[in-house]
Amino acid sequence: MLSRVADSLYWMARYIERAENNSRILDVNLQVTLDDENTGVDGDKIDWEPILATLEEQKLFNSLYTVMNADTVCEFITFAKENPNSIRSSVAAARENARTVREYISSEMWERINGLYLWLNSPAARQMFASSAIDFFRHVVDCSHQFHGTTAATLTHGEGWHFLQIGKYLERADSTSRILDLKYHILLPRGEEVGGNVDTIQWQAVLKSCSAFEAYRKIHTGQVTPWSVAEFIVLHDSFPRSIRFCVEGVDAALHRISGCDRGHFCTDAERLSGRLCSDLNYTRIADVFKMGLHEYLDGIQLRLIEISTAMHSKYCEWMEPAPGQGQKQEIA
Amino acid sequence: MGQLFGNYDVGDFYDEMFAAPGQVRPHYREVLERFEGMVDGEVERKQALATATFLNQGITFTVYSDNQGTERIFPFDLFPRIIPSEEWEHVERGLVQRIQALNQFLHDIYHEQRIVKEGLIPEEVVKSAKHFRPEFMGFDVPKDIYIHICGSDLIRDREGNYLVLEDNGRCPSGVSYVLENRQVMKRVFPQLFGKLKVRPVDDYGQELLNLLRYVAPANCPKPEDPTVVLLTPGIYNSAYFEHSYLARAMGIEIVVGQDLVVRDDVVYMKTTKGLKRVDVIYRRIDDDFIDPTVFRKDSVLGVPGIVSAYRKGNVNLANAIGTGIADDKVMYYFVPRMIKFYLGEEPILPNVPTWLTMFEEDRKYVLDHIPELVIKSANESGGYGMLIGPHATKEEHEKFRQAIIQDPRNYVAQPVISLSRSPSFCDGVVEGRHVDLRPYILSGEKITIIPGGLTRVALRKGSLVVNSSQGGGSKDSWVVDEE
Repeated sequence: MLSRVADSLYWMARYIERAENNSRILDVNLQVTLDDENTGVDGDKIDWEPILATLEEQKLFNSLYTVMNADTVCEFITFAKENPNSIRSSVAAARENARTVREYISSEMWERINGLYLWLNSPAARQMFASSAIDFFRHVVDCSHQFHGTTAATLTHGEGWHFLQIGKYLERADSTSRILDLKYHILLPRGEEVGGNVDTIQWQAVLKSCSAFEAYRKIHTGQVTPWSVAEFIVLHDSFPRSIRFCVEGVDAALHRISGCDRGHFCTDAERLSGRLCSDLNYTRIADVFKMGLHEYLDGIQLRLIEISTAMHSKYCEWMEPAPGQGQKQEIA
Repeated sequence: MGQLFGNYDVGDFYDEMFAAPGQVRPHYREVLERFEGMVDGEVERKQALATATFLNQGITFTVYSDNQGTERIFPFDLFPRIIPSEEWEHVERGLVQRIQALNQFLHDIYHEQRIVKEGLIPEEVVKSAKHFRPEFMGFDVPKDIYIHICGSDLIRDREGNYLVLEDNGRCPSGVSYVLENRQVMKRVFPQLFGKLKVRPVDDYGQELLNLLRYVAPANCPKPEDPTVVLLTPGIYNSAYFEHSYLARAMGIEIVVGQDLVVRDDVVYMKTTKGLKRVDVIYRRIDDDFIDPTVFRKDSVLGVPGIVSAYRKGNVNLANAIGTGIADDKVMYYFVPRMIKFYLGEEPILPNVPTWLTMFEEDRKYVLDHIPELVIKSANESGGYGMLIGPHATKEEHEKFRQAIIQDPRNYVAQPVISLSRSPSFCDGVVEGRHVDLRPYILSGEKITIIPGGLTRVALRKGSLVVNSSQGGGSKDSWVVDEE
């Protein structure tokens, strides 16, 4: 497979996942803020600043907007062209990558991505956003799910599929760790006041941001506690958005690409992913809290970046910086 | 006649569908019935369905002029253009003859230049041709084929005779529209295909692949299984959809310049498993851009060293380098002579009468008659660098007059041909619009021509310019066997 194709498939999957995660984060936050008691300018800030912090976009946001509230933050994360990670920008980037690999992906996959792109740029999307933002975000999430379903059902599960999985799982693991990290800080500034009504709502929101609430409920009955939420989101072995599950997915895909047995490595990326897998397999949540959840998640994010870098230098080492594709030639 | 065609004006042109007002040509009868039988709003619904299909599949071209990189669909007209098989066979014979002559001409021009020595083409025309590549004199291309893929533009005059308007021997585009238009028409009018025997076009991809594999270079390590790729300028090229479409149809890799690298005069593509040797490149990049070490130094689209690999016989390019000389509109004038010279035959498909302003007598005539003529610059395409005398202003006439006087080598003139018209849907009514026809000719082990080709239609009322950049659209073209 061409290195460029592998790279495009990887990024296509990452961007679709990014659009989905952003949608879910906004959806959940909108719902939570409908229930809460923070009002006025300060209240808006308390409600929405954490979202920008999770996505590491405060600086760009502040350069574009003067007020921070549901409208401006949602606009910024949904439609802003200036924001390269907005939902619209992410879908546009996914589509751009899909276009360069049109001959590789199935027509059905292309039509999913292209359909979402066309819709996001149409008045219909704006209308839906204005009348019910929650419906809007759910629609984006649905489209992402449909894309993954279509992909699983129509694309050969060969090398390209594995690169696609790596992109999807790395992005998801990163996003999950950010959501948890942020909420931990906001909710437990000094490691106290566990329990209480608002807390429960906030921790439920964390689960919902990862689509984990229902799955969590099937395992844990009773009080939602930070302890068990973190355990579920970081260490659960079969919930498809837990960090452990995602890293497993990355590790399995990397091994499928090289043909090396799992538990061994023949590339640096496999060595790194295998090690992270083992760490997650043999870690207890008590160890995580002992170390500090924030420090632990920070470490995971760095290791995810290392895996991605190692993968690129192995398989896409030929990739050169952005081509000058704007050059024109006449069309006969 | 029903309401759709009741007020149809045949006009003073050759009409593809009507021999005279109200008198439908036999090969259109079935289609007429089907369309007349449509209920209110059905045409609009089908047109909307077709448009949505193109948009959803991303069958678009990019408009360069605004920096948004806007993508538009190539307007599609639902009403098919029908060519009876007998007529088509005549066209086919003519095209085969023409491509044979052009290939022999290219061999000759890059070797002995007999046609020049014998005085049929002036030497200065060859020497001054913009796309002549003297660097390739004496170079033998694999299988002696130069123009592997040719798109020749045909028009019909007032009597319905097919004439050749120009040849595109470099990177002719548009064939993906032929294939997609057919897909859409099958979805929209399945019943019609059942009734009429429309010749299929679907095997184009396979034929193209066969051809590319056939022309593997001398040093191909596995001549029975050469590695073929399609080289595109990238997703910002307006024909990118087509490049991708064809690569998919052939099941080959589509590559951009940076995917390829030349080592020791061998071309490789960069894959996740290391370098992989490439034998044949269907390149959709012009000569000028293909190798910055040989042609345009500023090209970022090409591959440094690829020309050297080509010369060594380690890779083949389709089309060959230097075929652009045959696209020169001055050279076009000489094609009938080539046919006689190389094949000893009379041209089956005539040229449009042409004056060369480089000849003094012709120039005098042209300068005296600019307002009646079509003036074309020798090396531009896409409907640019062209003047349609009767539709132009005095200032434009004067501009071209000066241009001709300044550079008589680079202009040709032709009479205004009343292109044939075909019924087309225009804002809910059916009106005649001018059409041309671009068949695609593949020269490999044998010569194959896609039945029909791309019918382009000038959707602006009265317009004679069919190019997509100038308000043109397309139609599905059906070659049907008459009962």
